[in-house]
Amino acid sequence: MPAAFGTRSLPRGLFRLRALPLLTAAILGALTGCAPTHSEGGAQANATPTASSGGRLTLTGSSTVAPLAAEIGKRFEQQHDGVRVDVQTGGSSRGIADARQGLAAIGMVSRNLKPDEQDLRAFPVARDGICVIVHRDNLVRSLADAQLVEIYTGKKRNWKEVGGREGPITVVHKAEGRSTLELFLQYFRLENPDVRAQVIIGDNEQGIKTVAGNPRALGYVSIGAAEYQVTQGVPIRLLPVGGVEASTENVQNEKFPLSRSLNLVTRTEPEGLVKTFLDFAGSPEVRDLVEKQYFVPVADGQTE
Amino acid sequence: MGRPSSRRRAQADALLHGTARLAAVGAGLLVVLMVLFLALEAAPVLHATGPLRFLTDRGWYPTQGRFNLGPMLVGTTLAAAGALFLAGPLGLLSAVFCCFYAPPRLAALYRRMLELLAGTPSVVFGLWGLVVLVPLINRLHPPGASLLAAILILALMVLPTLALTVEAGLRAVPTEYLQAAAALGLSRWTTVSQVALPAARPALIAGVILATGRALGETMAVLMVCGNVVQVPRGLFDPVRTLTANIALEMAYAQGSHRAALFVSGLALAAAIVFFVLAAEFAERRTRHV
Repeated sequence: MPAAFGTRSLPRGLFRLRALPLLTAAILGALTGCAPTHSEGGAQANATPTASSGGRLTLTGSSTVAPLAAEIGKRFEQQHDGVRVDVQTGGSSRGIADARQGLAAIGMVSRNLKPDEQDLRAFPVARDGICVIVHRDNLVRSLADAQLVEIYTGKKRNWKEVGGREGPITVVHKAEGRSTLELFLQYFRLENPDVRAQVIIGDNEQGIKTVAGNPRALGYVSIGAAEYQVTQGVPIRLLPVGGVEASTENVQNEKFPLSRSLNLVTRTEPEGLVKTFLDFAGSPEVRDLVEKQYFVPVADGQTE
Repeated sequence: MGRPSSRRRAQADALLHGTARLAAVGAGLLVVLMVLFLALEAAPVLHATGPLRFLTDRGWYPTQGRFNLGPMLVGTTLAAAGALFLAGPLGLLSAVFCCFYAPPRLAALYRRMLELLAGTPSVVFGLWGLVVLVPLINRLHPPGASLLAAILILALMVLPTLALTVEAGLRAVPTEYLQAAAALGLSRWTTVSQVALPAARPALIAGVILATGRALGETMAVLMVCGNVVQVPRGLFDPVRTLTANIALEMAYAQGSHRAALFVSGLALAAAIVFFVLAAEFAERRTRHV
């Protein structure tokens, strides 16, 4: 007989104790469900300071670039004994400020440098592009920017209103804090509270599965992820944005409007360890890491 | 039996006692530490905004400093309650079937299946829900990702927990009770409902508490099917977001007060579970001698 069930015959005072293991089990069970998410924030995980013999490299800035920089950093550490690469997030503006003030050797910036930031040097590591996707059976072949805005703000709710078959539009939107969401909102000049979504998703994978399973859904995901899934036979279609076909090629050659470059910036001409790292981050050796994050590798031969 | 052996036995007893006590204290301490950690991480935003704003703000837009957790508390509660409402009777009846009605071989097979179901990782449930269940509900009533999908997936996940715990409880009912009932000429159903189930009551309650803990805390599977829109649902087909899904969706990219607000989500969840377990305990005590 399991011990927990045998308490009937015990004195009453013991009864109270029985709640404790159950409470423990319930809370532990509930909390372990959240555990995997902590490891996702791998960007900050590298921040353990160590006594460095081979040198230490600090990168701060954009949370879009940080996961990629952390992965590149890990591989760099493997190849260079004693070197520590420390990646911290805080937004592109922190990347600019820290690089300027010398608080970080390298800043991470998820956009092109502005005219008043030309005192810094930018080294593109990748480009990030997002595309609008619908189900393959959807009759709609393209949506104007204004139509997309109207759909995402809930002013148009039926496919019939934008040239499709009769049926309510399922608007798929991203969860707060994602870089894809930020770029999407910024491009269409939307404020997040104005968006009326029916489904909110976390990663690209989930967005693609949601659209693939719902012929009336409309969503947006990283181009790299969507293109890959189309080659795998997943029934989705990439819609053009601003009349430009959505493809990694058009992201690479900067024709696709819903895209941006991911840069590492330094204040001075890089030398020593910083130069070695930047050369490494721009080399084909990290191409697989770039693609794993669903970013688009920078076109060959492009240095600035 | 000589003296040395009994002394050794006493030593073994003391050792076991000590180890058990240590393990119990360890497990208890772990929970306390976890809650403390949650509170510590949540403190900055709780201190800055006050706890009330987590229920009165207009919506959940953490990057704009709006932190209403209310709809997510509602979503979590509704999803868990719905799952228990579905899985409770099913689990109870399947346990009764296994113990008292099924031929032994069928019962053993059934139990294996339940164990398999209990051991299935939640991502598998979530994936199945996302590619099968959600499109199915979508055909009934778009968007498909909804409170209903969350309830169905959760019910499937807590069913084995419930059935197996209740079954273990029923098996632990002393044979004399059942023999006495048979001697009195009671029918099988009367034996089950009037003798076995009341005797196994602690197991029923343990099962419900564990199942509710799992339903409240389940993250990945729910995240994939519930739609994650922060709102109080007006019907079963409306999407909802649960507290756990909120943490999993946003934690990886959250900074500053947004991150702290997510720890408040965790605290709220822990509080909800403590509240629920205490309520169950209270209800149990009230009805114990009826």
